[in-house]
Amino acid sequence: MTQFKLNAEELEQAFQNRIDDEQKIEPKDWMPEAYRKNLIRQMSQHAHSEVIGMQPEGNWISRAPTLRRKMILLAKVQDEGGHGLYLYSATETLGITREELVEALQNGTAKYASIFNYPSLTWADIGTIGWLVDGAAIVNQISLQRTSYGPYARAMVRICKEESFHQRQGFESLVVLANGSAEQKAMAQDALNRWWWPSLMMFGPHDAESAHSAQSMKWKIKRKSNDELRQAFVDQTIPQIEFLGLKVPDDDLKWNEERGHYDFGAIDWDEFLRVVSGKGMCNKQRVEHHKKVHDDGAWVREAMRAYKVKTLDRNRMKEAS
Amino acid sequence: MNTSVNTPLYEVFVRSKRGLDHKHVGSLHAEDAEQALEYARDCYTRRSEGVSIWVVKSGDITCSQEEDAASFYDPMEDKPYRHATHYVLPENIKNM
Amino acid sequence: MSNTESTTRENTLEYSIGLGDDSLMLGQRLAEWCRNAPLLEEDLAISNVALDFIGRANMFYEYAVELAKVTGGVFKNQSVDDIAYLRDSREYLNLLIFEMPIGDFAYTMTRQLIVDLFNVDYFTALSASSDSRLAAIAAKTLKESKYHLRRSHEWALRLGDGTEESHTRMQNAVNELWGYTPELFEMSETELALLPAGISVDRAALFDTWEARVSGILNEATLDHPPGDWQVTGGRAGVHTEYHGHLLSEMQFLQRAYPGLAW
Repeated sequence: MTQFKLNAEELEQAFQNRIDDEQKIEPKDWMPEAYRKNLIRQMSQHAHSEVIGMQPEGNWISRAPTLRRKMILLAKVQDEGGHGLYLYSATETLGITREELVEALQNGTAKYASIFNYPSLTWADIGTIGWLVDGAAIVNQISLQRTSYGPYARAMVRICKEESFHQRQGFESLVVLANGSAEQKAMAQDALNRWWWPSLMMFGPHDAESAHSAQSMKWKIKRKSNDELRQAFVDQTIPQIEFLGLKVPDDDLKWNEERGHYDFGAIDWDEFLRVVSGKGMCNKQRVEHHKKVHDDGAWVREAMRAYKVKTLDRNRMKEAS
Repeated sequence: MNTSVNTPLYEVFVRSKRGLDHKHVGSLHAEDAEQALEYARDCYTRRSEGVSIWVVKSGDITCSQEEDAASFYDPMEDKPYRHATHYVLPENIKNM
Repeated sequence: MSNTESTTRENTLEYSIGLGDDSLMLGQRLAEWCRNAPLLEEDLAISNVALDFIGRANMFYEYAVELAKVTGGVFKNQSVDDIAYLRDSREYLNLLIFEMPIGDFAYTMTRQLIVDLFNVDYFTALSASSDSRLAAIAAKTLKESKYHLRRSHEWALRLGDGTEESHTRMQNAVNELWGYTPELFEMSETELALLPAGISVDRAALFDTWEARVSGILNEATLDHPPGDWQVTGGRAGVHTEYHGHLLSEMQFLQRAYPGLAW
């Protein structure tokens, strides 16, 4: 058998060539350890965000105001769980287990989207999360459909297909509120006021300050910069806010003819860092909830295993006799 | 629970419609094949994406290794006679 | 319109609302598991079951809305959501087993086993109803219930014959739920009135098969058949457990806090 032994440098060059050539990296390919680690960090953060995101929205399933809204919301939160699953599945191809990923979430070494540390207080928050938060996520995910790691890119394609329903149902729900009673309009405006800035923060720090950006772009894990994606989100969302007849909570927002984009006010990065560092309204609650559910379910998972062992033993006995 | 013992990973393949091959769609955790099949239905075909599902324990799949790729695939490249384009058809025979 | 015809229509309306209420209560309960299940895969699976139950409530109420257009009465001009959201506890007709809290996973899956076994036979019978609309709803529902049963049967085995802890939890759940099972086989006056015309299903007639099948599964799952020394009923007469009012206050919150609005 012919053996091709390349040294580390040659391997890395071949790897980068493959990426520059827009070929996907697949699980069994050689990859730099830092690429693998970077992917695990980003993909698991993405997966955890989907799973933790089930909490603020799940908070309203029991109170959804109509049967149709209840079914939509339940299906939507269920989808978030599904997306978490697709992403865990893709991350596991990098040689890490679901249990290790969950452990990292629970002990705080892995992060999730900081926006889910804000509370969902009214029904309008549910529409707003679907429309704005999922809207922001989709902008990011669309660009990630071209990410260099095959399993991640394929998970993104699947997720994007499903996410468009999430954003539309949220917007549809807000259209009803924005055209409803004075109380409903106020509810919608209040939700927009609370979720607007955190949505912009979802794209992460400015490019100049982003710790992982440059390397991630070179490896084509990320395809567009934080600021590019944020701008795209603002540009596409402002007309939707105008359609709703709501006011953007930003006095500096205006169309810039020259740039062909909206200018918008300064993001409060202190607030961002405060919540990222665990001091938001719901940080503790979200992780504690996840731990509690995991611990409460332990006896079920143990029973599954015990039953399987018994079944295998019985089958063996049958075969032996 | 004793986290050192993990729930096994299963790979999921879905036939999206009759006449097509089963295609890999992802993976999930389940204790046995029966459970894996049911979870595959609930997790990967929520929008009626499938008419048939296969699940197989990830550990039971034998894969070619990338570093073997040269020995695994290259030998095929020097068998051009396996490909129709290897053969030159006479001028007056248009189709074969 | 003859007297009999109009009485039949009124009875069918009440019958549909009762079946809708059964489904809604259980759907509302099962949805509580979404984000709280023992493994992520189960979050998705159990949410599918919850969606099936809420969906069938919707179908039964839709039929009730149509019937009420003709019958008049309290439900005249009401929408599906008015029926689902705007009644007080005494006006809901669901059987008690459907409104009970989710308990632990053993309790939830034991209830599913009891109910899924029952539903497969019930909707098989209802799919032959002389009322074509009810028959159509039942036919769709039956497919779902068969899948639900496959799940709850397997879970009963895993948990009943799993660890000592899971076995104990399952046995407790079976014992706690058993007293709510006789109500599944009790015919209300409305149901009795609809029986001769082949519209409703004879619940009592389903008992023997159900009892035999559930006993078989309990046995297979190494669980003891409860003595059956107590039972409670009242749901079809609007006499509910204390849990019911709390379920409603949560479910109805928005409709009650902001009356008469569209959502």
